[in-house]
Amino acid sequence: MWRIATRLRLLILFAALAVLPYLLSYSQQEIAVLLVINVLLVCSYRLLTLTGEWSLGHVVMMGVGAYASALLTKRLGVPVPVSMLAGGLAAAAVAAILSVPLFRMKGFYFLIGSFAAGEIIRLIWKRFTDPFGGPKGLKRIDAFPNIDFGFLEIDFYEPVNYYFLALIVVSASLYVLHRIERSRIGLTFHAIHWQDRLAESVGVDNFRYRTLAFVIASFFAGIAGGLYGHYVGAVNPTRFGVDQMVYVLVWAIVGGTATLHGPILGVVVLTVINEIVLRGLGLDTVRPLIYGAILILSVLYLPDGLESLGPRLRARLRRRGRDPAAAGGRAA
Amino acid sequence: MSGPGERPILEARGLIRRFGGLVAVDNFSFAVREGAIHGLIGPNGAGKTTTFNVISGFYAPNAGQVLYRGRNVSGRKTSALAAMGLVRTFQGSTLFQELSVLDNVRVGRHLTARAGFLARLLGADRPSERAADAKARETLAFFGLEELAGEPASNLSHGHQRMLGMAVALSAEPRVLLLDEPFTGMNPQETRRMMSLVRRIRDGGVTVMLVEHDMQAVMNLCDTITVMNFGALLVEGAPEEVQNDPAVIEAYLGAAADDGAGHAA
Repeated sequence: MWRIATRLRLLILFAALAVLPYLLSYSQQEIAVLLVINVLLVCSYRLLTLTGEWSLGHVVMMGVGAYASALLTKRLGVPVPVSMLAGGLAAAAVAAILSVPLFRMKGFYFLIGSFAAGEIIRLIWKRFTDPFGGPKGLKRIDAFPNIDFGFLEIDFYEPVNYYFLALIVVSASLYVLHRIERSRIGLTFHAIHWQDRLAESVGVDNFRYRTLAFVIASFFAGIAGGLYGHYVGAVNPTRFGVDQMVYVLVWAIVGGTATLHGPILGVVVLTVINEIVLRGLGLDTVRPLIYGAILILSVLYLPDGLESLGPRLRARLRRRGRDPAAAGGRAA
Repeated sequence: MSGPGERPILEARGLIRRFGGLVAVDNFSFAVREGAIHGLIGPNGAGKTTTFNVISGFYAPNAGQVLYRGRNVSGRKTSALAAMGLVRTFQGSTLFQELSVLDNVRVGRHLTARAGFLARLLGADRPSERAADAKARETLAFFGLEELAGEPASNLSHGHQRMLGMAVALSAEPRVLLLDEPFTGMNPQETRRMMSLVRRIRDGGVTVMLVEHDMQAVMNLCDTITVMNFGALLVEGAPEEVQNDPAVIEAYLGAAADDGAGHAA
């Protein structure tokens, strides 16, 4: 179905991703695991933005998945892979319920409404110590069980192994998100974004489709939450607060949301800057400042995000190729 | 050519729509016969567009009923009305500007290209999507837009955008098509073309109701014309009756000074 060039590029990408953890230090491997999880978080967020709605509750939905999956394993002894899936479904169910009040609003009002809804959920986690553990959250969450092939035992305490697990889950999820976007469902999301009245007039139930986008996005955020909870082993309400949400927004805006790879570029580039540059220079404490500066600069000078860099460069190169005199003139 | 039947397919009875203290539609009634081209005219601010918005479900009426094929449909959602075959167009260039011309019409086939979520995910909807594509291209050809299928809608000229707006609505396979100012901003040649297309749509079995300012087009095209003024029914009848009605002339041109002052107050 895909063109050969695309397949080849994907093959190279996956080969690089397979080699990558062996080039990293232990602590960098841990960061790589979180990065892969964050890729799913921001890409699922993008699906909702296709309908034109921006939520401030997406990280809370990740938290719903993390809490649900952790509680299912701790309280009911559900095996971890099953509980992760259930965590995604729990986040989807919460999104479906929240849709009823939230999608009476649009644009800015939805943004604020989603923030309020998220805060209510976080307050519930804080208030009800049983079962949510209060402000301290849940600790000693079961790890992903080891897989024993007899000749080979995979221990998911090892970041490298968890990295590959997360990579498989996230790649599969991204493929599903890609399929949804390329189908008529994605077309309908775009249509609602650009002209919701016109979409409604030809029979699109805007409320239903906005709900669908919110539910799907939350499902995958919940999966990301499950991956996170069973890796880190602890979750608490602060981890899913609005400051985390701001990071997701920055990743999405800096990367761009027109393509699936836009937000991936955003989260990868900013994480690399964060971990290598800032931590290396000992600038860890000024992280929000630097992030803010990057956000402002990218909005001013790269409003379509990092994803627009490639096409822009290509267009410039093509112009040079066609008109060498002009290029020389510009160089001089 | 099939003339209009006797049975009304769309009816309004005593419609009232208020915005705060303003009564935009005031006890307004009309009936559109199946197979007709029915015009709704009136001076600026007469409440035509509000009436359209009430009929098409964007506003619920404060009082009164909208009957479609004999059923009371007042206050139903626009998408539900579209599913029943009552589809409207919009003024100006209300299109999915960022989508291609073909995709605009493909969205219009939302109701006919049905498939479940899993079928879409697995690509099992391909046969129905192929059919939808073929139908979409047919619709584009009908409006003479097939050459422009791959262009973004925003690149189209105003006349072509108006055509595309109608193509999107028509691809929803309506039984009643509500056209909101279809000829606005068109040159005479485009208007003539659009008029013949509207007639062909009607001859294809679609009842048409339209709001329009271009009097010549309305008079030439419509079987019946409803004139509204100040939110209420002024006159209803065949074009030649309406044209010579003193009340209509007065509403459009303004009457003697004392009368006009009465309205202004």
